[in-house]
Amino acid sequence: MSPNSKSREWPLWEVFTRSKAGMHHRHAGSLRAPDAEMALQNARDVYTRRGEGVSIWVVKSVDITASDPDDKGMLFDPSDDKIYRHPTFYDIPDEVGHM
Amino acid sequence: MNTEHHVEFLLRLGDNSLVLGHRLSEWCGHAPVLEEDIAMTNVALDLIGQARMLYSHAGEIEGKGRDEDAIAYLRDVLDWRNCLLVEQPNGDFADTMARQFLFDVWNFEVFSALTKSADEQLAAIAAKALKEISYHRRHSGDWVIRLGDGTDESRAKMIAALDRVWGFTDELFQMDDVDKAALAAGIGVDLEALRPAWENYVGAVLAEAGLEKPSVTWSVKGGRTKGHHSEHLGFLLAELQFMQRAYPNSSW
Repeated sequence: MSPNSKSREWPLWEVFTRSKAGMHHRHAGSLRAPDAEMALQNARDVYTRRGEGVSIWVVKSVDITASDPDDKGMLFDPSDDKIYRHPTFYDIPDEVGHM
Repeated sequence: MNTEHHVEFLLRLGDNSLVLGHRLSEWCGHAPVLEEDIAMTNVALDLIGQARMLYSHAGEIEGKGRDEDAIAYLRDVLDWRNCLLVEQPNGDFADTMARQFLFDVWNFEVFSALTKSADEQLAAIAAKALKEISYHRRHSGDWVIRLGDGTDESRAKMIAALDRVWGFTDELFQMDDVDKAALAAGIGVDLEALRPAWENYVGAVLAEAGLEKPSVTWSVKGGRTKGHHSEHLGFLLAELQFMQRAYPNSSW
């Protein structure tokens, strides 16, 4: 949606929440809100009703740049056969334990 | 403190919560946007939860076998002790937010003070409720600001909304013998003393919204102290209580 569109809808926001035991914010869904502060409050009401989260991020959907699914082959297949990028050729002594 | 006064004091708190919770529940499925439908019904659930705790506690203190359901469903208008502000109809979204905001700011002050109540159970209820009320106050205040400082239409509606309910706010700070007895016993709150904090907070939000304090000269009271309610409470109770009255002792 272009910034100049005369839509009467509030902007769309993507919501990310982190759970109490979690280390990362995960995408929880989206909602419409007039501004960032309201987006945060609405996210709290819509996406954390059942104790799902202790931290919320909201981002305007238009601010998210996502990779094109059609580019999947070009972007991600080449790393499939470059085993030298993985640190799996070391002999780790037992005393070191799990790494 | 005598039991009758103690119970009466608790009912005044519980009735505010249940009546306002019920009013907000009337928005379910009808709000202007989905997100606010969920927001308002969340607030309703918070308030109803507070009412349940307060009623149960009142019933125990009273010791006559009344539980939360008996207190909620079997009293008629003259026995209700909510303030007049919360029974006012929902109107439009601006009306609802104006009513909510003016009440939330007061409720926050009241429950902050109640966390120090000599009635330990009440203090515990207050501590839990205060977190919910903090959020209610933020949300309703933010809407007053957005509607006041919004479009010409939203501003006009918010001004009209505040004008319609401002006259019900004096009642929030008036104390009768029951309030004074509760205060003397260390259980209650000095309502008169809360007024400056309320005026400051409301004034700051109105200023941010670009709104004037309403110059309303009428003021009514008698709901929370005498059960002399506006014409709206009867209809509200008729809906709230119909099932229990029509099918006594029914349960889900």
